[in-house]
Amino acid sequence: MGYQYDTTIAAISTAVSSAGIGIVRMSGPEAFLIADCIYRGKNEKRLSEQKSHTIHYGFIVDGEETIDEVLVMLMRGPRSFTGEDTVEINCHGGVYVVKRILETLIDYGARPAEPGEFTKRAFLNGRLDLSQAEAVGDLIEAQNKYALQSSVNQLKGCVRQEINRIRKNIIYHTAFIETALDDPEHISVDGYGVELKGNVEEWLGDIRRLLDTCDDGRIIKEGIRTVILGKPNAGKSSLLNVLLGEERAIVTDVEGTTRDVLEEHINLKGISLNIMDTAGIRDTEDIVEKIGVDRAKDYADQADLILYVIDSSRPLDENDCEIMRLIEGKTSVILLNKSDLEALVTVQDVEDMYFTCNPGGCGDKGESSVVDHQSCDNESNPAKNKGILMVDDDRKTEIKEFKIPVIDISAKDMKGIDHLEETLKKLFFEGNLAFNDEIYITNIRHKTALSDAYGALERVRDSIDDGMPEDFYSIDLMDAYEALGNITGETIGEDLVNEIFSKFCMGK
Amino acid sequence: MKFSANSVWVNKDKYDIVVIGAGHAGCEAALAAARLGFTTIVFTVSVDSIALMPCNPNIGGSSKGHLVREVDALGGEMGKVIDRTFIQSKMLNKSKGPAVHSLRAQADKANYSRTMRQVLEGQENLEIKQAEVVNILTEDGRVTGVQTFSGAIYNCRAVILCTGTYLKARCIYGEVSNNTGPNGLQAANYLTDSLRELGIRMYRFKTGTPARIDRNTVDFSKMEEQLGDERIVPFSFTTDPDEVQIDQVSCWLTYTNEKTHEIIRNNLDRSPLFSGMIEGTGPRYCPSIEDKVVKFSDKNRHQVFIEPEGIETNEMYIGGMSSSLPEDVQYAMYRTVPGLENVRIVRNAYAIEYDCIDARQLKPSLEFREIEGLFSGGQFNGSSGYEEAAAQGLIAGINAARKLQGKEAVILDRSEAYIGVLIDDLVTKESHEPYRMMTSRAEYRLLLRQDNADQRLTRIGYEIGLISEERCRKLEKKEELICSEIERLKHTNVGTTKQVQSLLESCKSTPLVSGASLAELVRRPELSYRLLESIDEKRPEFPADLRDEVIEQVDISIKYDGYISRQKKQVEQFKKLEAKKIPEDMDYDQVKSLRIEALQKLKEYRPVSIGQASRISGVSPADISVLLVYLSSSSH
Repeated sequence: MGYQYDTTIAAISTAVSSAGIGIVRMSGPEAFLIADCIYRGKNEKRLSEQKSHTIHYGFIVDGEETIDEVLVMLMRGPRSFTGEDTVEINCHGGVYVVKRILETLIDYGARPAEPGEFTKRAFLNGRLDLSQAEAVGDLIEAQNKYALQSSVNQLKGCVRQEINRIRKNIIYHTAFIETALDDPEHISVDGYGVELKGNVEEWLGDIRRLLDTCDDGRIIKEGIRTVILGKPNAGKSSLLNVLLGEERAIVTDVEGTTRDVLEEHINLKGISLNIMDTAGIRDTEDIVEKIGVDRAKDYADQADLILYVIDSSRPLDENDCEIMRLIEGKTSVILLNKSDLEALVTVQDVEDMYFTCNPGGCGDKGESSVVDHQSCDNESNPAKNKGILMVDDDRKTEIKEFKIPVIDISAKDMKGIDHLEETLKKLFFEGNLAFNDEIYITNIRHKTALSDAYGALERVRDSIDDGMPEDFYSIDLMDAYEALGNITGETIGEDLVNEIFSKFCMGK
Repeated sequence: MKFSANSVWVNKDKYDIVVIGAGHAGCEAALAAARLGFTTIVFTVSVDSIALMPCNPNIGGSSKGHLVREVDALGGEMGKVIDRTFIQSKMLNKSKGPAVHSLRAQADKANYSRTMRQVLEGQENLEIKQAEVVNILTEDGRVTGVQTFSGAIYNCRAVILCTGTYLKARCIYGEVSNNTGPNGLQAANYLTDSLRELGIRMYRFKTGTPARIDRNTVDFSKMEEQLGDERIVPFSFTTDPDEVQIDQVSCWLTYTNEKTHEIIRNNLDRSPLFSGMIEGTGPRYCPSIEDKVVKFSDKNRHQVFIEPEGIETNEMYIGGMSSSLPEDVQYAMYRTVPGLENVRIVRNAYAIEYDCIDARQLKPSLEFREIEGLFSGGQFNGSSGYEEAAAQGLIAGINAARKLQGKEAVILDRSEAYIGVLIDDLVTKESHEPYRMMTSRAEYRLLLRQDNADQRLTRIGYEIGLISEERCRKLEKKEELICSEIERLKHTNVGTTKQVQSLLESCKSTPLVSGASLAELVRRPELSYRLLESIDEKRPEFPADLRDEVIEQVDISIKYDGYISRQKKQVEQFKKLEAKKIPEDMDYDQVKSLRIEALQKLKEYRPVSIGQASRISGVSPADISVLLVYLSSSSH
């Protein structure tokens, strides 16, 4: 496949969140045709017959099923942002609807847009100022880097292994066929279709299962990336278990029980959390535990939300300070756990500790003590910097404002949990807690790639059933191999030739 | 250090193009250059070794047969010469799809070589000269001539390097090492230094060949006879099939066994490969028997093909058992093979090491990027095989001539020809072993068939000037017949008559439930155009010389229509990227936001198009997007 253009691309162009309106945008030569397939308006007239730059009220349907009530805006090229035929679907916000619409567009022939692709097309079609070339280039590379990272990071280990296993089998069988074709006097491939068909059926089953996993959102970790942080034995695992309603993490009284990172998907009041329990953060000599601690720090760095659990029956110390630094600039909630025991830590203690450990208040972590007024600006960065230190430049006086929610809970007695739920809901609906959009896009890209691989393998099966000669099989086998490689980020390169030479003995 | 002659003499005769080497690449290069009207001289270290086949006695084979067909369709010579000198012929993979059908012929080596030499000798504008070229002369980055070992200078406007395996060649077996080219011929020991001085990066590659044995000492009763095809298909589109139906000779099949393998294993320490005496990189597709035994230790036998080297010689080639083991081990191991118990070896097996180039220094036209007028082809470019060499030689010859004509270079792309795949791979991909053509390297192989090489390339050959108008007209006639016959079949319906149903039944094909077009019937795997003759009343009569070819094309076009149209669509995408050219003087440092790896690779390879850039490993689709954006902004 590699690099493509002249195709029709689609993407969600608003942040995937609970926002009131979502926009799904589609651009390319078939944009109107695809829109015709999934749009039902009031009158019989199809969208492709409507005038440019008009807005239409109707419904998005997938076959018999109505997905949402929408407004559709039509723009014919070249008078559109990309310079191509463009359709914008304004739908009800909400993760599910926006995602479903995008998936439907893809089912009907659109392709998930590559990072920066809308902007690139706009540029190539002369819709952007030439002086912007460099900026467009930067955008493409930056978004691509991000997409690659999230694509690779978010793919679950078991899914990756499964895909690699299928790929390995596909390339082996393809190499066998190709070796035989290349050296027919040494190796015979006659009747190989029968054996291959069994394998193809098996791979189809494997990919079908992965596709189902995709629909469950389990192939990659969708949801708000939530990390539970805290000192050893602060009750992080207990909290997770309460939220999950099951004993998932091992809970003991021994400090440092959770040595790695546990991960769970939960739904709190309709909000999807992808929650990670981490090893307690403390200076440690234990190597296994140390790896866990380092990993916890990495996760905290990438998190959308941090739940910081403090054992209120023990005084704050250096390790808490470490965590205070980690949550600086992040959306977080502080939980004073063990409210069943006598409290040694108060909200004021937490607040004081926070500002002591983050002297810049909301500046970049530890880099500078000079407060940059702009980075503290709540307006420009609403989702972050909940611990606010505002500085008036002229008068050099400090106005401290601590905005991180602090909640008393008892994981043991399940107290305060509803308060936590309410707080999260509030953060979410106020727009202070957002998804990482790229996760959804990545999932859809993966799904498209899996479907492509599935289709290619179906063609192999058809070729076998139709009694086609063996050389036809390898064409579609390699298509499947390539499509699966798009998920794991691997290209074909010289794979086939290398497999032929390493696994099979050639003559001469 | 560059060679310095004792005396210098400037030859005042005028030459346009100098070809260095008269192997399979050199012959095609020299013929193409001379036929396009340029005064050409071809140098060889031995006039007796023109078009020598120092390894296997075959032309063609899987994917290589395709190359020969393509060379022929463009106006090259290899196909014509093998049609006149073959002694056995086979179409390989006949039970498979048409894309992998491949012709392979056993050549009478001496006759092939002699016949090609006669073609060269009879060619107007072409001169043959026995001399070793030691220096390439340049001025301001442009080729001006060459100098031979005797000190003589030949001025010219373009040079084509086709030195094969001769540069600093060394033949090795066991503890024996000899600084000669193949077959004990003189090596070319000085040219490498001259090339290095011009800034050309060199590689050292290795290959090998099995022993030649005396036919009188072989017991054929212990081997399986391998016959040629009953109906022989010629290589050249210009050869009349009726004229190649000759009496063929046989090849013989036998096997190695545990005893053979044991001898090999016990003597591995005496192999120059294992002792480190050989430093060159050998090809994985052509392993020596010792490599096979080590690498595939679970196999208890390997096939061995005993093939004649010609009609007027007793020498036979032991296909599948190339080796660089010591002489005594060679005797011992060959004699364990059934039928070879008393075999006498005429020429020992050996490995050969030679200098070649990193072909990424070439443009797709096969001209060196940094030295104007200097072209190269064949094994010198890091390929292997007679056919790969001929294909590159032809293209280098054509493009050297076109350079002097002031015309744009001929560059076949990956969707047009195996030649395009071959050259694109050579100049775009890093390689650590001699490159061999394979059908799996061609992503559009359903379109690049050996049967349609003429339809793909003969018009291009005509435009270049190597194909006659008559031949081009004949092709047009053929295409017309194919086209109208396909249309007729699509629009001729047959009903559920008794005649139709009984024909289908006799071919084990499902009877019709309602009417169907003849094209629909041809599409069934168990049926074909020829089988339907009895129910196709209005079938036209084709001219005798085109009949077989037309029927073959009609069958293929209808049967594989779905697959073929799919590949054609992919080719459309591919062509768009190939058409986006990158200027030769492109300054990649100006392209901000390319990743560092991509930047380095692009600067190193200097691709000619966005398509070629996208095939360089380390250049991502995002980098390609960035490049496209940059190119479109700078073109305004």
